[in-house]
Amino acid sequence: MTKSKSAYSVAGKKEKLDTHIIVVWVDNEAGVLARVVGLFSGRGYNIESLAVAEIDSKLNISRITIVTTGTPQVIDQIKLQLKKLVPVHKVADFKREDKQVIFKEMALFKFVGNNNKRGKALNACKKYNAVILDKTNKSCVIQITALRREIDKMSKNLKKFGLISVSRTGAVAMTRGAETFK
Amino acid sequence: MPKLLSGAEIVFKCLEDQNVEFIFGYPGGAVLPIYDELKNHSSIKHILVRHEQGAGHAAEGYARSSGKPGVVLVTSGPGATNVVTALTDAYMDSVPLVCISGQVPTHLIGTDAFQECDTTGITRPCTKHNWLVKDIKDLSKIIHKAFEVATTGRPGPVLVDIPKDIQFQKTDYPKFKKKNKLNGKVHNHFLQKEIDELVKLMSKSKKPIFYTGGGVINSGPKASELLRELVAATGFPITSTLQGLGCFPGDDNNFLGMLGMHGTYEANNAMHDCDLMINIGARFDDRITGKIDEFSPKSKKVHIDIDPSSINKNIKVDLPIVGDVQSVISSIIKTIKRTKPNFVKSNKQQISKWWEQIGKWREKKSLDYINSNETIKPQYAVQRLYELTKNKDTFITTEVGQHQMWAAQHYKFDKPNRWMTSGGLGTMGYGLPAAVGVQIAHPKKLVVDIAGEASVLMTIQEMSTAVQYNLPIKIFILNNEYMGMVRQWQELLHEKNYSESYTAALPDFVKLAEAYGCVGIRAKTPDELDDKIIEMINTDRPVIFDCLVDKQENCFPMIPSGKPHNQMLLGPKDQEQNKITGKGKTLV
Repeated sequence: MTKSKSAYSVAGKKEKLDTHIIVVWVDNEAGVLARVVGLFSGRGYNIESLAVAEIDSKLNISRITIVTTGTPQVIDQIKLQLKKLVPVHKVADFKREDKQVIFKEMALFKFVGNNNKRGKALNACKKYNAVILDKTNKSCVIQITALRREIDKMSKNLKKFGLISVSRTGAVAMTRGAETFK
Repeated sequence: MPKLLSGAEIVFKCLEDQNVEFIFGYPGGAVLPIYDELKNHSSIKHILVRHEQGAGHAAEGYARSSGKPGVVLVTSGPGATNVVTALTDAYMDSVPLVCISGQVPTHLIGTDAFQECDTTGITRPCTKHNWLVKDIKDLSKIIHKAFEVATTGRPGPVLVDIPKDIQFQKTDYPKFKKKNKLNGKVHNHFLQKEIDELVKLMSKSKKPIFYTGGGVINSGPKASELLRELVAATGFPITSTLQGLGCFPGDDNNFLGMLGMHGTYEANNAMHDCDLMINIGARFDDRITGKIDEFSPKSKKVHIDIDPSSINKNIKVDLPIVGDVQSVISSIIKTIKRTKPNFVKSNKQQISKWWEQIGKWREKKSLDYINSNETIKPQYAVQRLYELTKNKDTFITTEVGQHQMWAAQHYKFDKPNRWMTSGGLGTMGYGLPAAVGVQIAHPKKLVVDIAGEASVLMTIQEMSTAVQYNLPIKIFILNNEYMGMVRQWQELLHEKNYSESYTAALPDFVKLAEAYGCVGIRAKTPDELDDKIIEMINTDRPVIFDCLVDKQENCFPMIPSGKPHNQMLLGPKDQEQNKITGKGKTLV
């Protein structure tokens, strides 16, 4: 392929990407999610997962949790650009490795198969706070809460026990201890 | 019980309370109730444009030259989509605009109704914020908030989308109190510690430079005054971006001219070799920095900006100062006076070698060109225009391309708010409607749009607006029959393959002027140029000036793509020794 002739600047050296969890407190109003998500897509930032829901109905505040990857410079830009949005109140940023922060995702697994297989599946799920939500003589639906990579692994490994459907949320995060993020 | 007002009346009440004098707009079905109300508000004058993009650029010209927000009024659907270019332009160049758009009635939203479009969806990425008014009770609050968002912090465009049924509904209008407290998105809390650190760097520096931008202009005329004081108090050299021209006198000895892709040799070399770069209200745009890896490798960089997201976005800096330019410069001057009263004297010796070096670069005379007796050189045309208008407090707008760069290089500004150009977005067709807006804001002043024949045709219909309102704008077209900048790049970088850059069928601009009901003047030779320019200046009507210039002239100096600041391409004489290599081609 011939080199493109029409780009003013050459891309700089590729830097190492870190995974960060960005938490955004926003006014719960029409279009606010589109503003946040549009900022990411418009500026070429990455979204690995997204979770959003209203957390204070009186003050009308929603909390958006976004898992993203980027160079330190990009992560800084994400925070600063988010803070410029009018409905954004505050922005928190945690590294995935941060021990002071709890990250959780939830997943629903549907298994179809005989008793034996389903028993094995339930066993495998046990260490991730498994809850059986539905049960018939052919199938069951199990809820687990775990880290992203654990759910990734589970949904791969459980195929053999009749896993036919997976539904999962984005990560939510909260700091450990008595402090909250100001 | 308070008097109930319709949504349309509330719109005007808000505009009156915001001291709006002019609206640039175009009527249509979904804004008819607002247009119906116009006659009852004599303090607000509506300027009818010929295309909504023109309304947006005219409002930009108005805002940039007056320091007040520009107000635009358009209908739903095509009215709103036509204004998108102007909103994006204003967003890139930080111009405060408030755009009010009509929308189909609330109950029809989402049904693909006639002239419906998702206006807030379309304009979300090109405004600071936008609102769809769903409840008449929110209307006044939203409009006042819109003005606040547009004008505070880093200014920019906002849009308020008002469905037609909301314009008819009635509610009360609470008395407007201007808030002193800002919306929390404005950052002006820099620390004295940071200023002290900067003054320390300044007193140590042997090769300092000020690199100033549009932020100085946006901070208000006082910021420009303070900047002059700061330069006088330090004796440092200063260069400016395209948007910053006018915040420092263009003919002052400390001024090195514009920097960047078509900046002067001395400005770009000084940026490359300096040991202290003080960026005031500029944003390290790619047309300024060139190759980022080799941008000013030996300098400490200081960045003064009101927008925290501008810091470290393109270039990592050593000392960021987030704040309004005017207050920051004022603090710097105070600190210098207090801690180093003899700064200039003690500093003069220290930076004398630096000035010697700058003098050597200046000797290159990088803006020189080979003049001709037969054809008008475009640079010569701009120089003559400057000489013949410089004593008149002239306002200049431009389109985008070679003529824009020649105007920036050869027209010397000495006051802020006199130079209106589309820098960030680079919108061809900006200059003519912008001149309309400038002339509205300054009815008695000389307003000249330095244009190219290709650009001006994109919004030529606004001549009709100029004629309707007796706006004596001067459209000074440097006519080379080519999209000049495209042609130049094709010549230098694409083996002279002039693909689609020649306009084979141009209108006769003199006849076109007459058709619009204004005056057409044509200059063909250098001998007649001065007389014709004087004729243009003395005509108290809109003029289209068709200046036939050299068709092959290129805009130099130029940083060839892929090269750092200290490897510029100078004029025709220098070019022979300095061919652009294959690798450089990738970079334009």
